[in-house]
Amino acid sequence: MDFLRPASWQEALAAKAEHPAAVPIAGGTDVMVEINFDHRRPEHLLDLTRIADLYEWEVGERSVRLGASVPYTKIMENLRAELPGLALASHTVASPQIRNRGGVGGNLGTASPAGDAHPALLAAGAEVEVESVRGSRRIPIDAFFTGVKRNALAADELIKWVHIEKADGPQQFSKVGTRNAMVIAVCAFGLALHPATRTVRTGIGSAAPTPVRAGAAEEFLNAALDEGGFWDNGRIVPPSVVKQFAQLCSGACNPIDDVRGTAAYRRHAVGVMARRTLTWTWESYRGARRLTEGAA
Amino acid sequence: MMRVNVTVNGRPQQADDVWEGESLLYVLRERLGLPGSKNACEQGECGSCTVRLDGVPVCSCLVAAGQAEGREVVTVEGLAQLAGRRTEDGELAPVQQAFIDAGAVQCGFCTPGLLVAADEMLERNPNPSDEDIREALSGNLCRCTGYEKIMDAVRLAAARQQEAV
Repeated sequence: MDFLRPASWQEALAAKAEHPAAVPIAGGTDVMVEINFDHRRPEHLLDLTRIADLYEWEVGERSVRLGASVPYTKIMENLRAELPGLALASHTVASPQIRNRGGVGGNLGTASPAGDAHPALLAAGAEVEVESVRGSRRIPIDAFFTGVKRNALAADELIKWVHIEKADGPQQFSKVGTRNAMVIAVCAFGLALHPATRTVRTGIGSAAPTPVRAGAAEEFLNAALDEGGFWDNGRIVPPSVVKQFAQLCSGACNPIDDVRGTAAYRRHAVGVMARRTLTWTWESYRGARRLTEGAA
Repeated sequence: MMRVNVTVNGRPQQADDVWEGESLLYVLRERLGLPGSKNACEQGECGSCTVRLDGVPVCSCLVAAGQAEGREVVTVEGLAQLAGRRTEDGELAPVQQAFIDAGAVQCGFCTPGLLVAADEMLERNPNPSDEDIREALSGNLCRCTGYEKIMDAVRLAAARQQEAV
């Protein structure tokens, strides 16, 4: 095994071009487990921890440019206002020790259906900027996950930034597990209200071969909110609409039975989380509206 | 095989013939003679290998040895020194003394990791709530104590730290 230690991003891209099978390692919270358990013996480990760019973030006008290696702890501490869904999801990752090392780039690189960041990214709206010696491109988050632990990266590409849309409304994240810390999601759900476009976006984790959005549920809810004038009148979303939304979210799942839970349980739990997160975010939207009206 | 230079508990150290897939934990225990950090789950679940890497608590089993090159590591063996005390005469860091006084050590296997994690929290947050303590120690498993004595120990260390100010 070779341990490649590029000092710059350009060096890292050159190394990946020369050794396309090299395994990138940053926080090590996935890669080292596989090495410790002898599940993986890559010929080259490509250490990205010397590349300062990957640990930086920049808050822009419409989106946040998040370095691939920014640890979850930093996201929780610094980006709660801009990326509330991702900050909540980050807080559910494993333990402080893991959150101090792991970041969204690695989560995307592993592309596990259970990755905690994924539902939040899907709900917020994001693009993954990847680069190789051939150039860079942005992959929409909806096109990023291509199969169980598979993603849209080419062999010579590395993840550099994740561009995440800044929240324009309330966001929530919910995760089911057997305890609060050190839990791989049995299933997870992210929801973001986007009052600017009058849309709702979702993300489902650990209940299909890849993280997915509940497309039909979003369409149904967008239409129902629009028809009822709910974005303007700020009324409570009728229980029948919430129920239908939750059912459609359950329907978007394609889960399996495994050691963490059964397919039936996952479908059920996703519906429950969909109902709860919609209720929480909508209440918060209504509260914010009342405040604005009160001030006016 | 490679050479790794790393500062451990304030002392520059060098490890030779390190395998590229080796963890920092292995280097500490097997090459540098520092067995305080414990090897248990090797997957970041148990926290018994917790050390500080450039000040930040991490699971040393998940840090590749080469990633520690040129970095500063503090292990449980360095806590007393870090606490500004002399290591001679077996003098302990306040958090270590508090664990003994509160009876927070049973089999002792989880203790080094808990000490490093608790010490870092007390440095950052001198007046922690119970919730803060639970959160800070949520990555450290103990199968003996039921955690209550550990909570007592950290509260005691925090109280003594407050008095000392």
